[in-house]
Amino acid sequence: MKYPQIQITGDTSVAVVFGDEISEDINTKIRAFDKALNDEQIVGIYETVPTYCALTIHYAPEVIRYRELRDKLEAMLSQSHKIQKMNTIVMEIPVLYGGEYGPDLEYVAKHNNLTPEEVIRRHSGAEYLIYMLGFTPGFSYMGGMDESIATPRLKTPRVLIPAGSVGIAGKQTGIYPIDSPGGWQLIGRTPVRLYDANRDTPILLDAGLHVKFIPIDEQEFQRITSRIEQGRYHCHTYVKEDA
Amino acid sequence: MGIMFLSGGAMTTVQDAGRRGYQRYGLGASGAVDVHAYVYANILVGNTHNEAVIEATILGPTIEFTSNSVIAITGGDLSPMLNRQPFPMYRAVQVQKGDVLSFGAPMSGCRAYISFAGGLAITPIMGSRSTYIKANLGGYEGRKLEKGDEIAFRKPYACPPNLKWRVMEPDVFPGHYTVRVLMGPQDDRFTKEGIDTFLNSTYTVTNDFDRMGYRLSGPKIRHVTDGNIITDGIAFGAIQVPDGGEPIIMLSDRQTTGGYAKIASVINVDMPMIAQCKAGDTIRFVKTDIDTAQDEFIAQKAKYQALCQQFDTGIIPPPPHPEPFEPEEALYRLMEDGKMYDVTISRIE
Repeated sequence: MKYPQIQITGDTSVAVVFGDEISEDINTKIRAFDKALNDEQIVGIYETVPTYCALTIHYAPEVIRYRELRDKLEAMLSQSHKIQKMNTIVMEIPVLYGGEYGPDLEYVAKHNNLTPEEVIRRHSGAEYLIYMLGFTPGFSYMGGMDESIATPRLKTPRVLIPAGSVGIAGKQTGIYPIDSPGGWQLIGRTPVRLYDANRDTPILLDAGLHVKFIPIDEQEFQRITSRIEQGRYHCHTYVKEDA
Repeated sequence: MGIMFLSGGAMTTVQDAGRRGYQRYGLGASGAVDVHAYVYANILVGNTHNEAVIEATILGPTIEFTSNSVIAITGGDLSPMLNRQPFPMYRAVQVQKGDVLSFGAPMSGCRAYISFAGGLAITPIMGSRSTYIKANLGGYEGRKLEKGDEIAFRKPYACPPNLKWRVMEPDVFPGHYTVRVLMGPQDDRFTKEGIDTFLNSTYTVTNDFDRMGYRLSGPKIRHVTDGNIITDGIAFGAIQVPDGGEPIIMLSDRQTTGGYAKIASVINVDMPMIAQCKAGDTIRFVKTDIDTAQDEFIAQKAKYQALCQQFDTGIIPPPPHPEPFEPEEALYRLMEDGKMYDVTISRIE
């Protein structure tokens, strides 16, 4: 199959498909096209949803019909030189590992024949790419975890996992944005609110962003928590150096 | 002043046209499931098309009015009653402070929409008053309505113009539907035989249906290999077919993304039929094309516009294709030399 490809996904949406595998390269293309589309300001498009391999575009047919939209998208895709590569932004997410906030850290360590400190070092040593958000508000599908700390899910899911919990499920790592049930191995918790309906940007993370976990202690956790409550905490970000 | 719930009913929520722009963050669109009945309800009472209404499901709530209002009920017939007397649907009706609206046995359809002239004073969250129960967000405290809940009207009482003209032909919900679909985006994941099964079988709505989706049972649809895809976006009306081979139609509270192959999607103008399905109802799928789907989508929007104009001016525009005149009795409003006349025509033979 030839990519990129425009697919009809309903009478008010299309998907631009950029490939058929999970890869950083495809993600970069989707992100760049999403940005270009946003800059182009095509009237009638009201929402775009980036996923692993595609960008879903929701539109109003009473403003722009399928054929007209398809032609515009095709024209943009053919002028790929105009679609600029963007900087890779890394957001630092502070995490208090272990203890009551990370009840499964010991298990993850034991399962992989590592010390808890080594699990923390490996988990906080990577810059994780957010491929997409989905499942629940603000839940990030992240890639790039060191496979030496991979651990299967709990056999019996927990009924309630507090928002901010950082976990491992198989080869994936992630953060629970809202209180929810779940079966991930919990290794820590961030005081940062990934989801806050009353904030200007209700959802903190976005597809294409990278995340780096920063180990903190209990005192720092409390300090950040109180700054968040005062609306005075912002996660540090930096531009990732090209490999 | 506004409404107070004496009982909540089975699944009663505040809904509007839905939340736009947040699916990329994993936040569902929500909104009224039967978009058509929702828009009709608002047009009847003179609201803008995105005003919040009450969506009742199968067993409706009991509501006491704490001030005067003009309301309309559309969608499924859940036997609405005002002060225990049958209450007309698809018509704007004045209600008084102290009146009690209740519902009886569900007669047809699944969801009814109650609109209030001036709307409901619900604080919008991320641009919408819709309730998204899964994330405990929007609407009335992010949950379904219960006994004791009170909602004020957003605007002071004002009767919309031409009240007695604000009547529409009710939608009917026989329980057996043929809906049109656009094939794809992953119809290539199914065998030719599988596609034939999908388009030539009757599927039955199971007990597993809600605002998120409808699980159907019926002949299994064969995949080429399996039903798993790399997770991608899900549109309103998308039909997923997991490994088991039985379709699931995705509605307003669907998750934003999913990993099951989508064989087709129900076109928007036919989605109200799905929205009014309940367990045991049957669905058949028939193929259509994007041009037909969008022609009808646009025609429907134009019809809504025309209805608004008709209600606000009281002038019924002539139909584009005149039909034979047959009713027993009909009301017309005419304008002649800038003066308005009400005319009643009765059939005498």
